[in-house]
This record gives sequence, structure tokens and C-alpha cells, in this order.
Amino acid sequence: MAPPVLRVTGLTKVFGAREQEALRLAADGHGRDEILRRTGATLAVHDVDFAVERGELFVVMGLSGSGKSTLVRLLNRLIEPSAGTVEVDGRDLRALDDAALRTVRNQKISMVFQHFALLPHRTVRENAAYALKVRGAPAAEQRQRADWALETVGLIDRAGARPDELSGGMRQRVGLARALAADSEVLLMDEPFSALDPLIRRDMQDLLERLQSDLAKTIVFITHDLNEAMRLGDRILMLKDGRTVQLGTGPEIISAPADDYVADFTSDVDRTRVLTAGDLLREPRLTARVGDRPGDVLRALGGAEANGVYVLDGERRVAGVARDDLLARAVQEGRTAIGPYELVADFATTGADRPVVEFVHLVGRHPVPLGVLDGDGRLLGVVPRAAVLDALSAVPVRGRRP
Amino acid sequence: MIPHLPLGQWVADLIDWLLAAVPWLFDAISAVMQVLVDGLTDALVSPPPVVWIVVFTVLALLLRGPWLALYALLAFLLVVSLELWVETMQTLALVLVAAVIAAAIAVPLGILAARHRAVSVAVRPVLDSMQTTPVFVYLIPAVFFFGVGVVPGVVATILFAIPPGVRLTELGIRQVDREVVEAAQAFGARPGQVLREVQLPLALPAIMAGVNQVIMLALSMVVTAGLLGAAGLGAVVVRAVTQLDVASGFEGGLAVVLLAVFLDRLTGAFGQRSVLSRFRQARAGRQRSAPAADTAVRPSAVGAQQPG
Repeated sequence: MAPPVLRVTGLTKVFGAREQEALRLAADGHGRDEILRRTGATLAVHDVDFAVERGELFVVMGLSGSGKSTLVRLLNRLIEPSAGTVEVDGRDLRALDDAALRTVRNQKISMVFQHFALLPHRTVRENAAYALKVRGAPAAEQRQRADWALETVGLIDRAGARPDELSGGMRQRVGLARALAADSEVLLMDEPFSALDPLIRRDMQDLLERLQSDLAKTIVFITHDLNEAMRLGDRILMLKDGRTVQLGTGPEIISAPADDYVADFTSDVDRTRVLTAGDLLREPRLTARVGDRPGDVLRALGGAEANGVYVLDGERRVAGVARDDLLARAVQEGRTAIGPYELVADFATTGADRPVVEFVHLVGRHPVPLGVLDGDGRLLGVVPRAAVLDALSAVPVRGRRP
Repeated sequence: MIPHLPLGQWVADLIDWLLAAVPWLFDAISAVMQVLVDGLTDALVSPPPVVWIVVFTVLALLLRGPWLALYALLAFLLVVSLELWVETMQTLALVLVAAVIAAAIAVPLGILAARHRAVSVAVRPVLDSMQTTPVFVYLIPAVFFFGVGVVPGVVATILFAIPPGVRLTELGIRQVDREVVEAAQAFGARPGQVLREVQLPLALPAIMAGVNQVIMLALSMVVTAGLLGAAGLGAVVVRAVTQLDVASGFEGGLAVVLLAVFLDRLTGAFGQRSVLSRFRQARAGRQRSAPAADTAVRPSAVGAQQPG
């Protein structure tokens, strides 16, 4: 496996004069308030470890004051770490001198800001080209890269406008284009969509997902919105008072929150958008094969107290559903193998990566549970109605651990 | 019993020592300023008044619009009819030279103060004392160093006008949105680039407000400088006061006010971003054949549209 693009070890930041003393207290396990009272220094981030793989969208999630904005600024040394290391492609940023650090910022790490942070006196195109201008690229290259980036975010027809002529969503597209034009491997996004209204935020999330599937950047995405985190993040780091509370995928965090703090968050999450068919999947209790004897299948149905069963072909592809009434007639009429006469299309299927919201209306309408198919149409498993209801009920989640 | 501290004597000794140690320095400063003021005065006074009145009116029209243009026309015609045109132009020359030099000192100092905490801390009490020192106190060392005439007036005016320029420049740069500065840094800009491309352009309205204050203070000081024998409206007012001549005192004072209002409105325009961007848009509009096509809102390719 390739080494992570970004690796953070023991990252700590103390704001205040008595830094060393505060670090010692933090190492002894004292909390933020205690350290502030004793030293007057603020422990913003303490002992955070994580690694982000190439192409991963890694979300850091926390409330205001949790240290997430400080954390993201430690990653490109806009804020100088007090302790710990930040490695980009295996190189420790803290070992770099100012000039080398500027080169890394210009070519390896780009940043997108909460309030867009565009230059108001420059055009959209000039803003998008900023990183290239800083590195002294020729004018033609600046223009070409900027136009490509603006094209990518769908803003090329406003390239000559000034930022104050654009709406918030469009401004953040410029912010995104500025980061893309730099062609850096790592993208730091500091609450990029928090300042936008909900509909525009949804659009921007769609845009980011689309970009990510095309460009596969290594992204650290900061947010205080767990729905956003769940929707976008491959993995999520939950930050509280500058410390890591939990690190895992969205479904892992929802189904097994590490503590009450995380559980409080997850109770507000729209589970239908986070959990997928794959998360709820289970083995079907019963399947039949084309050519089985109708009488045997009917008896098995009776034993399982079910009204129908998926009938699979030799490749585990779904041929249809055998319903008890049709099986009974086949037995009466003396047929010895399940064939086209016994099969009906009385079922619904979905893909393993589809969120619950997309199939919840299909569940429970058929004699067989919802089928989950892989890309070749083979049956991976089923999602019974009870599984959906169980997953969506938020109440039993608190304190539930594997 | 507290002994008398001869503080004033020490300062007097210091001035004597400076005069003895580096007389060439004061001679050089004196010569340069004399040349600047004389040259500018000549340029303002030698053509017939109507030439400069037209220039001032057009300038007002471009920067501020028709109302200030009308004001400029009437105000300067009134000055001519009061037979104070030459004195007004002498004062304007003095103000402009002093304001340009004061701004040239104040703005860089303000930038330094904004970037280095130590400079800021060191400069602040100096500015405080400069602003609270009685105006006439400036005149004494100025006379000692530069004699009488126009130069000590200019020097005293410069010293008097510097503090607001420094303060507003520092404040303007400190108030630039931190995220925008961070953005420039995050894309690898050097400190000098951050200053040139982000901090100065965004602080421009505040800096221009500072320059406006510099000019206004220079104008208020210039009358006081009339006491030193600098020619211009200051001399008119001083003469009127010593002769208890109410009529010419009023006319001289009115000319000062007319000039002050004109300069304030004109330079105040620089401080407004809207004026600057109006300029830019006008320029951009001339460069494009169809400016409307560029500013019209069109749906973007990916779809998010939000008015305003």
C-alpha cells in the first residue's frame, strides 16, 4: 500500500506565553480549563494523530472552539505547531525553512477558506491564477490553468467579473478554482460551505463530490456539520477540546459512537443519507434455484413463514421471485421444476452503495425483502424492513458499542 | 524641597549643539524645500487664474461629480474677486509640498508599525505627544533651525500633519481581513508580496483617509505658519489680526475655508472604494466592445445561481 500523502503525529498547539509548562501539564492529562487556569495558556490542539491516503476525503468534525480551524492551519504551518510532526509525502514540514515552506504551500498544499478570502481588487480569473502568479508562471500558463479551473467549477463565463459582483456560492467556486489551479496534491478546506445558505451548500457538496471522483485529490475537510461530514467524508475525525474523540467512517461513528459527545451529534444526523444498503445487508434466509422442485421450495417457505423467495440462476443472478400461491398451483399441476411459469417480477432491488433514503419506499412492498445486487446483477444479500426500521431508530444508539 | 530640573535648558542646548554640529543638513533641507515651494507657487501663479480654475473644476468633476465641480468654479471665482488668488495659490503650494512630504514619511512609518509590534509600541507615544503639543511650540525649533520665511512653516506643518497619516495607515493595514492575508500566505506568497498585493490595496481606503487628514491638518497649520513670515493666506490673516482689520481678516479666513472644503471633498473621494472602482469600471468599459455581455448574469455550467 502506498504511504499516506499526509501524516500527522502528536500534533499539539498551545497559544500563550508559558508554552512549555502548558505542554507538560497537557502531557500529564490535564484538561484545557485546568491548563488555562494554571498557566494562562490555551491548549488549542493536543496530541492529534492521523494519516490521509492519496485520494481520500478526510473530514475533521467539531464544534466551534474544538480546535479544528487551528488544526487545519497547523497542517500548512499558517500556525506554527508547538509539538508533533506534519509530513507531506514523507517530508516533515517543521524541518523546512521559510523559502522551502513557501514552495510547499505553493505547489503541494492548497487551501479553501470559510469566507472565501478572495482578493476583492482582482478579477475572478486573476484570483484563480493566484498560486501561479506567486510562483512566477508565464502569463499564458496562468491564464490557461485559471481558465481550466474555472471551467471545472462552472464559472468560466464570469472570469472577467470581480468577486463583489458574485453570489456567495459563486465566490466559493472561485476559492475552489484557485486551489485547483495550483494543481496541488493536498487540499485543505476550512469550513468551505458553512457561510453558504442550505441550497447552495447542497450544490457545492455535489460539485465537490463530482470533482473528487474526477480529480481524486487528498482532502482535509473541516466542518461543524455532521450531516456534511457523513455525506462527504471517507473517514471522519471527531475533535473535542482539541483532542481526538473518535476516528472512523460515517457508518462506524453512527452505529458505535465513542462517547456521549459523539452520540449527541449522531442523534441529529439524517441516517437515511448516511447508511447504505451495504450497511444493512444480510444473508437471505432462503433462496431457491432455477430447476428446484416446487414442492420442496413450498415446504421450505412454510418453515420460514415466508410468502416468496428469490430464485437464482447458476451465477447467483436473480431470475425472479417464486410466490407461494404460484408454487402451490405448480404442485397441483404436477410440474417438477421451477421454470418461467412459476416466476414473477414481484421484487425490488438496489445497489450496495445506495443510501437508505433512495430505497426506503421500496422496502416491505413485496413478498420478498429488498434485494441488494452487485454491478453484475448478482444477489449480495437482502434488506428486510425490520433492518431499515432498526437502523433508523435513533434512540438505542447512545451507549451502544460493539 | 524638589530641585529645579533644567529640562528646557537641555532641549535648548541640544538644539544649539545640532545647529553647530550639522549646519549643512539644515541648509540642505532648507534649500530643497525652498525650491519645491517656489517652483510649485510659480506654476500655480504664473498662468492666468482661469487656467487653473478650469483644471480644478475638471478634476472635481472627474473625481467627485458635478456638484463639487460647480463648487470649485464658484469658490475659486470668488477668491479671484476678493483679490486673494495669488495668496491662495501660495498657500496651496505650501500645503501640497508639506502634505506630500508628510504622507511620504507617514505611510511607510504606518506600514512598519503595522508589521512590527515594537515599532508600533515605540511610535505611539511619540505620535501622542506630537498631536497634543501646542501648535506654536513647533514653531520655535523650526525658526531656530530654518530661520524665518516659508521653510520653517513647511517643516512645522509636516511635523504637525504626520500623526494621523501614521495612525490611519497602521489601522488600515491591521484591519485587512485576516483570512485574505492567510490566503496569500497559504499559496506561498512572500511577506513583501502579501504587503503589495493584499495589505496595501485593501488598506487603501484607510490610508487615503489618512492622507486626507494630513492635507487638512497641513492647511490648518499653514495659517499659523504665516506668523513666521510665510507668504500666503496665513500672512493675510496675521496682518489683519495685528492691524485689527476685520474686513480683510474675514476675507482671508473665508479663502482658507473655501480652499479647505475643496481639498477635503476632493481627497475624501480617494478614500472611497466606490470611486476607485467606478474609475476602473469606466476604464474597463472602454477596453471592452460590449461591456454589458460581461456583467450580465448567466447560468453557470454546474447550476448554482444566487442573485446578488
